[in-house]
Amino acid sequence: MSALQDFWRWRRRDTVLAIGALTLVALFPLAISNPLDAKLDFAIYAVAYSIFALGLNIVVGFAGLLDLGYVAFYAIGAYSVGWFASDHFAYINHGKGIHIGVSGLASTLAGIHFNFLLLVVAAMIIAAVLGTLIGLPTLRLRGDYIAIVTLAFGEIIGTIAFNGDSIKAGRYTLTEGPTAISPVDQPQIPGFSQLDSATSLRGYFWLGLAMAIIVLIVNRSLRDSRLGRAWIAVREDEVAAASMGVPLVRTKLLAYAVGAALGGAAGAFLGSYTNSISSDQFVFSFSIFILAAVILGGLGSIWGVVLGAVVLAFIERYFIPDVLDKINIQNKIGLHFAFADLGFGIFGFLLVIMMILRPEGLFPERRRKIELTESATADESLYEVRA
Amino acid sequence: MLLALPVRYVIGDLVTKGSLVSLGNIFVAGISNGAIWALVALGYTLVYGIIELINFAHGDVFMIGSFASYGFFGTVGLTLATGALGLVGGLVLTLLVAMLTCGALNVMIERVAYRPLRNAPKLAPLITAVGFSFILEDVGQLWLGGSQHGVPDLIRGQAHLFTVFGISIDREDVLAVGVTIPLVILLTGFVARSRLGKAMRATAQDPEAARLMGINVDGTISLTFLIGGLLAGAGGLVYALYQTNIWYFQGFRAGLIAFTAAVMGGIGNLRGAVLGGFIIGIIQQLSDNRIGAEWTPVIVFSYLILIMTFRPQGLLGEEIREAG
Repeated sequence: MSALQDFWRWRRRDTVLAIGALTLVALFPLAISNPLDAKLDFAIYAVAYSIFALGLNIVVGFAGLLDLGYVAFYAIGAYSVGWFASDHFAYINHGKGIHIGVSGLASTLAGIHFNFLLLVVAAMIIAAVLGTLIGLPTLRLRGDYIAIVTLAFGEIIGTIAFNGDSIKAGRYTLTEGPTAISPVDQPQIPGFSQLDSATSLRGYFWLGLAMAIIVLIVNRSLRDSRLGRAWIAVREDEVAAASMGVPLVRTKLLAYAVGAALGGAAGAFLGSYTNSISSDQFVFSFSIFILAAVILGGLGSIWGVVLGAVVLAFIERYFIPDVLDKINIQNKIGLHFAFADLGFGIFGFLLVIMMILRPEGLFPERRRKIELTESATADESLYEVRA
Repeated sequence: MLLALPVRYVIGDLVTKGSLVSLGNIFVAGISNGAIWALVALGYTLVYGIIELINFAHGDVFMIGSFASYGFFGTVGLTLATGALGLVGGLVLTLLVAMLTCGALNVMIERVAYRPLRNAPKLAPLITAVGFSFILEDVGQLWLGGSQHGVPDLIRGQAHLFTVFGISIDREDVLAVGVTIPLVILLTGFVARSRLGKAMRATAQDPEAARLMGINVDGTISLTFLIGGLLAGAGGLVYALYQTNIWYFQGFRAGLIAFTAAVMGGIGNLRGAVLGGFIIGIIQQLSDNRIGAEWTPVIVFSYLILIMTFRPQGLLGEEIREAG
């Protein structure tokens, strides 16, 4: 009984802390006077990567299926924006375009123009269908064989995106390949003013943060749901889970589908923000980057992967390009090189260091921590029984 | 449909051209390309077999092998004008240097990035591997710059050597196969027969039990990385001479393909890795010549998914986990 009370008290403290932290984060843009500051750019990437990481965490962290092709869903999300919020299909409806839920400039342009919220829904549906398809051939596979099949799908999607300018249907190409589909519409959220990255980045940050918070809540409730427990059971021991009546096929496919849908949503957001959808973005290193955020943060731990994503976004978008080059330490000690050339190497070095210092991740999942100390508790209870 | 594709080409060629020479040439090019992938794939499969780690840095170790070979050409003064005897001697020397460089590098990486994580969660060393891959790519970029770098065509690789059934065999084909096959035979013999090979197999099967039997597990793992690195170094030299173009990013592609080859053949299985390397080499050449080079990754990975769907254990299965 007291354990239950403890649990609720703990739970409430956790919620209060979370709300406090998120409020502080939401106020962050106001603390920066320049609405186009590089710190805001970093913050937008941080929330976008957080959504990606939370999505991948469902597949890798909860269900224990190593996915090395997560970039596929970034591509799907971004291309949903490219297809349905730009003049890519310029001749549609006799050049007048199709407009749903958009006003202002976007409603006057040729091509298909959907409202951002519709784009997110479309991206999530397409990604979820694709995620299920990717999941199908991996069902019979075990361990790292799953990794290579997901990797293969990621590469196939990336290659199709790259060669998409030669896939034609009538007057339209599938993608523009390495030359980007650009510009795309800037999001319009009903009840808010039109976002414009040319004048202020704050709106993008708040939009991304709102999406991240929704995803965070979804992730939390999923983890504590029947489905979430099934995922963790499959992760811990597939055979045992199956014999306890967990439907393996449905459980695994749902993990892929949900993870993919979140990736699609994040892709739609990031695609809108970067304002150009080019195949160069959809490379294997992106899958690895998000996976690194998940593992670095703490596999399966919701706050951990958010932290991991923020840390990596900080290193990639702010620390290496902005901070290191300004200190100019290399010239002071008599060496002459630009840190920008070393970006990859520094990133790799920091990955190695952080992983060796915190092999369990920055913020390990509570359940995992319990498992790691399980043997000690097991001995204790055994002792009690004997006594 | 994909499985029928090669058959379609055979029949199509017989009907339209009346001979299989053009397919034969593709096949030979595929074999010699595949030989390079096989050398790299062996490194993946050895390491995976023994510590169940996808060693993402391995492709970049291979890249360093190419770079070290290129650098050493200059050191020993190998140029296009070098005579035959000097050339062979110089190349053998370069081969040794490239192999030792990569072997030492691989052992160092294991010591620094994987050994401290031996008891950590399974995916932690995956990330340090990625970290080292980035570091090595950066080293490569600083070494020879960010674009493709030409290598002197020392062996005049395209020079025709002899003809079998109308299929022309070039010098580069002989080089690739001539380096790979002896190394593979040597390696499988070592793993299957020698005392250290036995220790490797034992460690792969059960590190704890191996330790109890008095096997130096850490030493055995280092040895595995050494062998993987030696093979990657050899692959690096062959690649440099074969492609006559090297760049810092080559290891990434090669690593992806070689890892795919290792999985296709059944990861942990030495013969499987070599078989997978050859198969992927042939598929690539076929696709490059008949479908279009830009679609080759799609074709290769589609074959992989197909094979995984019907043989989840890879082609040569896991009946016996050699070298782990």
